[in-house]
Amino acid sequence: MTVAGIVLEQRMVFLFGGVAGLLILASLIGFVLARSVKSEAGRDTVRNLNARIKAWWAMVAVFALAFAFGMGVTLVLFALVSFYCLREFISLTPTRPSDHRALAFAFYVFLPLQYWLIWTQWLTMLTIAIPVYAFLLLPVLAVAKGETHEFLLRTAKIQWGLMLTVFCISHAPALLILNIPDYRNVYLLFFLITVVQLSDVFQYVFGKLFGRHKIAPAVSPSKTVEGLIGGGLAATAVGAGLWWITPFTPLEAAGMAAAIVIAGFLGGLVLSAVKRSLGAKDWGTMIEGHGGALDRMDSVSFAAPLFFHLVNYFFTV
Amino acid sequence: MIRALLIAATRFVVGGQGIWIGTAPSERQRIYFANHGSHLDTILLWAALPAHLRATTHPVAAADYWGKGAIRRYIATKVLNAVLLDRTAGRKTPGGPLAPLNEVLARGESLIIFPEGTRAFERLPGPFKPGLHHLAEAHPQAELVPVYLDNLSRAFPKGALVPVPIACVARFGAPLAFDPDESKAAFLERARAAVVALA
Repeated sequence: MTVAGIVLEQRMVFLFGGVAGLLILASLIGFVLARSVKSEAGRDTVRNLNARIKAWWAMVAVFALAFAFGMGVTLVLFALVSFYCLREFISLTPTRPSDHRALAFAFYVFLPLQYWLIWTQWLTMLTIAIPVYAFLLLPVLAVAKGETHEFLLRTAKIQWGLMLTVFCISHAPALLILNIPDYRNVYLLFFLITVVQLSDVFQYVFGKLFGRHKIAPAVSPSKTVEGLIGGGLAATAVGAGLWWITPFTPLEAAGMAAAIVIAGFLGGLVLSAVKRSLGAKDWGTMIEGHGGALDRMDSVSFAAPLFFHLVNYFFTV
Repeated sequence: MIRALLIAATRFVVGGQGIWIGTAPSERQRIYFANHGSHLDTILLWAALPAHLRATTHPVAAADYWGKGAIRRYIATKVLNAVLLDRTAGRKTPGGPLAPLNEVLARGESLIIFPEGTRAFERLPGPFKPGLHHLAEAHPQAELVPVYLDNLSRAFPKGALVPVPIACVARFGAPLAFDPDESKAAFLERARAAVVALA
C-alpha cells in the first residue's frame, strides 16, 4: 500500500469517527430530551427525533460496510435500497393484475441490469437503459394483455417508479466509476450522502425552531422558508468544510453542496406531492421513524443524478 | 429450516405483516376465512400468524394445485401443515369433500379457509361457497375470524409465473357470531361483508 493510500485510509477512519461522534452526541441529547420533555407535542417530536437517530446509526453501519468492502458490496446495498423503494412505490400505486409482466421485468430485469451496467462501467448504456429501452419495452409487455383501462396512466406509473427508484438512485453508486485522476471516488459518495442527510435534518431542525412561513402548505406542511434557508446554508457550509475529501476547491465544494441541497429539497417536495396524490402520508413502514425507505431517499433520488453529471462534466478526464 | 427460508423469502418479496384490527392472536380454536387472489395467500396468511400458533393452524389448500408434484406436495403438507381439499370430490366420498377439514376441527385445531373456492381477479371477494357454513354449524365452539389479504392479487395474479414484490398485509377482523336460526345465504353474505369491511 502506498503512503498516499494509507493517508486516505486514515482519512476514512477519521470521517467515520467524526460521524459516529456526532451520532453519539445526538443520541445523548435524544436520551436527555426523552427524560426531560413533558408536554405531549414535545414528546412526539422527541420520539420522532430518537427514531431518526436510530435509523441513522443503521445507515452509517451499512455505509461503513460498503466503504470497507468496495464497489461490489456498495452496488448490492444500493440495489437493495432501489428494490425496497420500488416495492414501496408500486405497493402504493394501484396497478392492475394485467401489469404483472411489466412489473416482473421492472423488478427482475431492469433493476439488476442497471446495477450490473455500473459494475461493468458501461456509462452510455447505464444512462439509456431505463429511459429508452425500459420506456419502450414495458408498455409493449403490458399491451399484450389487451386491457386498455387507464393504460397510459398505468404505464406512466411503472416507468416513473423505475426512473425514480432505480435510475436516479443508482447514480449515487455510479459516482464510483467516474474517471477522476488520483482520487478515490468513494469520498464523493460520502460527500453526497452526508450533504443530503444533513440538509434534511438541518431543514427539519431550523423549521422546528424558527419556521413561520410555509412554502407549500398543501404539499408538505413541514417545509418552511426559514427551514430551507437556515438548513440549506448550514448543509452548504458543512459541504464546503468537507472540500478536502473532494476533488473540488472550497468554493466549488460549496457550489456542489448548494446544488445538492436545492435538488434534494425539490425532490422531497415533488415526492411529497406524488405521495399525497396516492393518498398516503408515509411511503411505508420499513425504517422506524423514517416513514418508508423512499421517505429517506426522496432527496437522494433528485440530488444524485444532478451531482453525478456535474462532476462528470467538470471534473473527469 | 425450509420453513424459515420460505417465510424469509415471502417476507422479502411480499412482506406480509399481520395487522390485528378486531382481535388479537389467541390459542383459541379458530376458523380464519379470507379472500383468495393468489396461490401465495396460503403461505402469507399462515406466515402472518405468530410462530406458536402456526403448529396448530392448518391452511386448506386445493389438492389439484398443492397436491401436484413432489415439491408442492412437500411444502403443503410438511412445511405449511396444510389440509388438502379435493375440489372435484362429490358427495359420494365418505363424509363428503369436507371430511378432512371436519377431522382437524374435531381435534380442536384451527383452520385457514378461502370460502370463494377459487382465485379472484378483483380486489373484493366474490360470493362464498357454502363450506364455511357447514363448518361453522358443525363446530360452534370455533371462533370465525374474517381476514382480508391486501394486494396479493396484484403481486401474484392467476396465470403469472413469478410473484412481483408488492408489499401485502393480512388484516384480521372481529370474530363473527354464528346464529343457528340465520339462513345459509344470509350467513355467507354476512361473512363476505365482514371480509369486505377490512378491505
